[in-house]
Amino acid sequence: MSAINTDQLTVKFGDFTAVDRVSLSVEPGEIYGFLGPNGSGKTTLIKALCGLIKPAAGSGEVLGFDCARDADQIRERVGYMSQNFSLYQDLTVSENIDFYAGIYGLRGEHLRKRKADAIAMTHLDPYLDRRAGRLSGGWKQRLALACAFIHQPGLLFLDEPTAGIDPVARRDLWDLLFQLSGEGVTFFVTTHYMDEAERCGRVGYIYLSRLIANGPPEELKRIPAVSPPGTRRLEIVTNSTSSALAAIKRQPYAISATIFGQSIHLLMDRSISTERVEADLRKEGFESLQTREINPSLEDVFVTLTDSLKEERLD
Amino acid sequence: MTDHSPYRRIVSKLSRTLDLFRGTIPVLRKEAIHIRRDPMALFVTVLIPIIQMFTIGFAIDTNVRDTRTVLYDGAHTQESRRLIDRFVNSDDFIIVADVESEQALNDEIVAGRASVGIHIPADYSRRLLSGQTASFLVLVDGSDSSVASQSLNVANAIALRESLEKSLPVTAVSRSLPVEARPKILFNPDSRSANFLIPGMLAVLIQIMTVMLTALAIVRERERGTLEQLYMTPVKPLGLMIGKIIPYAIVAYAELSIMLFFMRWVFKIPISGSLTLLLLLVVPFLITMLGLGLLISTRAQSQQEAMQAAFGTMLPSIFLSGYIFPIDTMPLFFRGVSAILPTTYLIEIFRGIILRGAGIDALWKQTLILSIMGLVLITLSALRFRKRTS
Ligand SMILES: Nc1ncnc2c1ncn2[C@@H]1O[C@H](COP(=O)(O)OP(=O)(O)O)[C@@H](O)[C@H]1O
Ligand SMILES: [Mg+2]
Repeated sequence: MSAINTDQLTVKFGDFTAVDRVSLSVEPGEIYGFLGPNGSGKTTLIKALCGLIKPAAGSGEVLGFDCARDADQIRERVGYMSQNFSLYQDLTVSENIDFYAGIYGLRGEHLRKRKADAIAMTHLDPYLDRRAGRLSGGWKQRLALACAFIHQPGLLFLDEPTAGIDPVARRDLWDLLFQLSGEGVTFFVTTHYMDEAERCGRVGYIYLSRLIANGPPEELKRIPAVSPPGTRRLEIVTNSTSSALAAIKRQPYAISATIFGQSIHLLMDRSISTERVEADLRKEGFESLQTREINPSLEDVFVTLTDSLKEERLD
Repeated sequence: MTDHSPYRRIVSKLSRTLDLFRGTIPVLRKEAIHIRRDPMALFVTVLIPIIQMFTIGFAIDTNVRDTRTVLYDGAHTQESRRLIDRFVNSDDFIIVADVESEQALNDEIVAGRASVGIHIPADYSRRLLSGQTASFLVLVDGSDSSVASQSLNVANAIALRESLEKSLPVTAVSRSLPVEARPKILFNPDSRSANFLIPGMLAVLIQIMTVMLTALAIVRERERGTLEQLYMTPVKPLGLMIGKIIPYAIVAYAELSIMLFFMRWVFKIPISGSLTLLLLLVVPFLITMLGLGLLISTRAQSQQEAMQAAFGTMLPSIFLSGYIFPIDTMPLFFRGVSAILPTTYLIEIFRGIILRGAGIDALWKQTLILSIMGLVLITLSALRFRKRTS
């Protein structure tokens, strides 16, 4: 049985379709990365899966329970960390944990043990008496995770857990997720970070309410739409990235070109040599060229797929 | 193996019912911590109604006493002086100026230095002694209606008494008049407006505090995103509501007790009836107001909106509940509105118990209406809550 299984799941707000016929499944013990621009429907999908919003069409199952009918059972068994820090700032770390433990009905010896485990897992012990509002971003997220995990759910929804925390805290949090996932916990994690997505067992990309990619990162990089036969990818670093982009796009062998940070990713005819590309750019007056052949990154995958979807819409 | 013994059935039914209230205790505990953590907020919440009670309470003594009066005695006779004495002795008037022209009399009133002017014309005594109707002029500043009407009443009474004494034979001078109306005002012997207004004020102040506290308690969570997190847990709407309500109900109750204390010992308004009954009959009203606060919280997106809505519900409760304006004199439409305001009934209960010493036999109707209103409002807000959570 899959931990999550949706079939053509659709959520509407009035006339607006926030989640459009999404079908995906998440296997037990896996970390599923869910990506997509802001407003593409990630949070809405999570809410629908937890039974907070009724789907307009299609269906979803979470841990074997129907998310339209069995919201109570689902909420009992999953943990959820919302995208904004949403614990009580004026309560201490310990009081916040107690509150959630109380809500899930933990009592007595069981409560003591669960609390000790959650604290040990997140290394929150030095901060137990500190008000949650006074914790730094990374520690807040750890507290949120401890609260979401207090009832030992088999499945955790984490909505942008690493947004706005520093790189070290980000890495620590992911290490923790991997540790728990190793113990059999399933994660559904939304994120904007490609490096996080690369670490997921499988990723989904939602764009304009539609799931346009779904699968393990390596598999997605091989799909023909991303790496058509007879093409290769070059990473080009130059002194003037944006004007170089225009120059590159003019070349007859260029299929598509996109800026990634300080570099340009060029998808091109595989029969053309790297030297030829460098020469063409020098001719246009661009200096200090560094070029190397690369495999597509996940970002390449998502950019290519959204571009082709945009073209499709224009047609 | 399933066990169908009645005991099992009862237990399972009970646990299902209890499940409807899931989360009550943790929410209650958490809310209590919030209150404890912010003693300043609690202090201000409790203090503001008391300050209002004191400011309004001392300001609303609208009884007219010692009305500032300007006098123009054009006659300067024994009779005119007797008339003036009558005014002065009535306690209702205090002569603040003696002027010598009609113009000056007018000026004093226009300038606001006096609200009543008495003009005794030069021919007052002459006409009186010659058996003609003597008249004196009473000018009243109508901009304060209660002063105006009371001054007129007293002036008429004085004139009437003078006339009677003059027209009766002087021989019947036991100086007692044949007929005298002696009104005795029940329940509020001094006719103090404070006695009338303060019980109503308590109802209004308790209302605003309760509605505001509950509405804010939920909306604050919505604003901070913690409500969204809560919705994803197995907390049940009823559990959340009741857990939130109880701490604020206790605060409201404590507040009412403090205000009753001040009413008794500072404003010297005795509670003629049973204090226990009063505290008991407040309960359905509190439930109604807590329900109203919750209802507002299901709609309002921000604390600001919640405050505005809470104040919005206050206005009709202040003006149409009989707190300030008597319901009997309202146009039919507004009487209809006042009939659906819970405050109307609580004010009737308060005045009944505090001023008239009424018991439950006289107040059961109001109690019943309030209980029904409370039930309806709580159910309504629970339903709206449920819609949001599932
Ligand atoms: N309660 C709601 N009512 C109407 N529109 C909503 C509601 N919640 C979200 N939306 C809209 O649905 C879209 C998807 O939102 P969301 O799922 O929060 O996106 P994401 O989490 O991917 O940033 C957005 O355009 C948002 O404005
Ligand atoms: Mg989101």
